[in-house]
Amino acid sequence: MSNVSIATAGERAPARYQPATKLGVTGFGFYVYLLSDAILFSALFATFAVLKTATDGGPTARDLFDLKNVGLETACLLTSSFVCGLAMQAAEARKPRELAVLLGVVFVLGASFLTLEIHEFGGMIAAGAGPDRSAFLSAFFALVGAHGLHITVGLIWIGSLLVHIMTMGFSEAYQRRLFCFSLFWHVLDVVWIAIFTFVYLLGVQP
Amino acid sequence: MTDSVVSFPAHLRTPGTDTRGSTGRWPTYAVGFALAAGLTVASFALAQGHWLTPASLVAALVVLAIAQMIVHLIFFLHITTAPAQKTNILALLLTLLIISLIVIGSLWIMAQLHTHMVPMDQLMQMQR
Repeated sequence: MSNVSIATAGERAPARYQPATKLGVTGFGFYVYLLSDAILFSALFATFAVLKTATDGGPTARDLFDLKNVGLETACLLTSSFVCGLAMQAAEARKPRELAVLLGVVFVLGASFLTLEIHEFGGMIAAGAGPDRSAFLSAFFALVGAHGLHITVGLIWIGSLLVHIMTMGFSEAYQRRLFCFSLFWHVLDVVWIAIFTFVYLLGVQP
Repeated sequence: MTDSVVSFPAHLRTPGTDTRGSTGRWPTYAVGFALAAGLTVASFALAQGHWLTPASLVAALVVLAIAQMIVHLIFFLHITTAPAQKTNILALLLTLLIISLIVIGSLWIMAQLHTHMVPMDQLMQMQR
């Protein structure tokens, strides 16, 4: 009978036919969500690319963007991505104190990035270059703002991970959440690469 | 409650869970960080310097950005071409296809519309 043969095969099946672990399934599901998030960002990028020159006589990218600020933001985000990797290692080595410190560093770097970005947005809006000025600026605020919003959510997430590790310690569920967070944070950094290249560095070219 | 991450075999791992000894992996992140930082500095230097013609500058910045994204995928997200990661790679490729359709398609359609559209001042004349 085929049923029997399947049942016996199950016991001695090679490892690759074994059911995936919960971490594997959750991680893959979250990875697919992140890919769909990348598609959302690609739509915002396409919008920005189309509206790049629609400045309506208002300020252009060259007038508005300060590459020094963008460089600082990039440094914060890249370093936080690296520290996030180190935090994953600390978690795997089951070192809660080290993990808490590293997550704290990730939080501070992420918050610095967000502060720089809010400062930049505030300066632009105060100078009359808000999202209502031109189609170019609407597209700019939609794209960079969507990324900033993701970073904000990430900061809230780090906060909850910090509270969790300090009060309840490690668990299998904690490991899954931390893993998903690290994927989220690294992908946000990848999106930022596209933003600083296509929006800022190419934007300020004459 | 120990080593729930380390215990399952390599082919079931999703990106980032590659744990060949928990202390043996930080150099991977360090290498990735150094490469990414180098590529970032190169991008900013090229964009602010005046060594390249406008067209070649665009090409150079795009290449540097793609290179840095690949560095991130390999060293931070641990996506490789290993057979165990076939599902991850397939999902990534499908996403890249959709992204290129959205971006290239939008730019193409809008450029076409732009060339075929009657200039706004003429349109106003016609409506009078």
